[in-house]
Amino acid sequence: MLSTRSPDELFAAARDGNRRALGRLLTMVERRDDNAGLVAERAHRDAGHARVVGITGAPGTGKSTITGRLAVVSGGDRPAVLAIDPSSPLTGGAILGDRIRMDDHVSGSAFIRSMATRGHAGGLAAAVPDAIRVLDAAGCDPVIVETVGVGQVEVSIAAAADTTVVVVTPGWGDAVQANKAGLLEVADVFAVNKADRPDARGARRDLELMLDLGHRGGWRAPVVLTTANRGEGIEELWAEIERHTAHLRESDELLRRRGRRHRDEVVNRIELGLRGRARQIIESRSGAAALGRVDRREISPGAAADMLLNSLTGGAGPES
Amino acid sequence: MEPANGDVLPTVAGELPIRVVLAKLGLDGHDRGLKVVARTLRDAGLEVVYLGLRQTADSIVAACEQEDADVIGLSMHNAGHLTLAPRMVQAVEKAGLDIPVVIGGIVPTGDVPVLRAAGVAAVLGPGASAEEVVSAVTEAVARRVTR
Repeated sequence: MLSTRSPDELFAAARDGNRRALGRLLTMVERRDDNAGLVAERAHRDAGHARVVGITGAPGTGKSTITGRLAVVSGGDRPAVLAIDPSSPLTGGAILGDRIRMDDHVSGSAFIRSMATRGHAGGLAAAVPDAIRVLDAAGCDPVIVETVGVGQVEVSIAAAADTTVVVVTPGWGDAVQANKAGLLEVADVFAVNKADRPDARGARRDLELMLDLGHRGGWRAPVVLTTANRGEGIEELWAEIERHTAHLRESDELLRRRGRRHRDEVVNRIELGLRGRARQIIESRSGAAALGRVDRREISPGAAADMLLNSLTGGAGPES
Repeated sequence: MEPANGDVLPTVAGELPIRVVLAKLGLDGHDRGLKVVARTLRDAGLEVVYLGLRQTADSIVAACEQEDADVIGLSMHNAGHLTLAPRMVQAVEKAGLDIPVVIGGIVPTGDVPVLRAAGVAAVLGPGASAEEVVSAVTEAVARRVTR
């Protein structure tokens, strides 16, 4: 039975191309079950070989179609896609519909996994890098991560790639919008999709104008026109992604980026852990006592927090 | 309502949503019902991997493996259920998966025992309420032998 196999056995099977084993490993890190730590350790040791590409942009810009097409033209033996869709904040449910935009083009060659945001930003930011490394360690290449580019978290997840592609469509806004939106600052490559629509060139011009005002790290993001449902511009888009990968490798920027990401991840994990501890302490007897004093206006909320924080960082566990 | 799951990492495997793969099998263009079911299950807190139209038993099995799905929901309005539904169940078994298959759509009542005998976990007719859809799916998952 698959469910009784150890992470090591599952990794061995996944590397041999067993998709079910790979699917199960992803569930382990996503659900943070008993084996999650073991899987994450193993994955991190063996990862670092795949090209990791993030695709983000507003809803309906054609990200999934582009992603499916890129997986095919990338020429990788075993392309993988991680497609992230939002969960309902009210019910926790989600409709993960990215596959229907991909299957036609990808037809069995790529491994596609859908993931819901599940309402917990920090948890998602922790689960996605683990999932990317599991795919990488299982021999997938490239690994393409697709997120809706709304909200800081989704953008930062897409930016947790070696190369981030931002997808816009004609009529999405002018150069002022471009400067406002934090989305555009994470772009290594721009795709103006649905380029068969009027004013695709205008959209490109607006982006170029913004880029004229300055860019970072010795790399000016190229702007590619694509019509993804017809497959037009996809090879050019992949060529620009490859060119960016080469730039990263030549300039040592790849190691710098990955180092920065590792650091961000550790910080995120610490914050998650502390948040859990904070919840514990607030529910403990000393937490209840401190809250009571705040309610009676004996101490301020800030003072109560300082008090509890001291017992948290002082190494003494909260009494329950 | 409180947001589900809060903002900390879940620690218990069981507390996470059921993952259901929804599809139409074969040549069958009536996907409105499937879209309603997708919404119903989402609102009940499930994670719906929506495959939509023109799927084959093999493409659904492939998606289930990659998505590590808990249950398959098929919507059938092409009168092909007696052929296609058992084929789906066989494909799941042949792949060595332990994933129940739930059918919804236009199925004559006389065909229901035939489908059940062929290994279909539950059959939902046109009059099924949202609650019936949700409980058919969640109970099919709960009845599984292993996980």
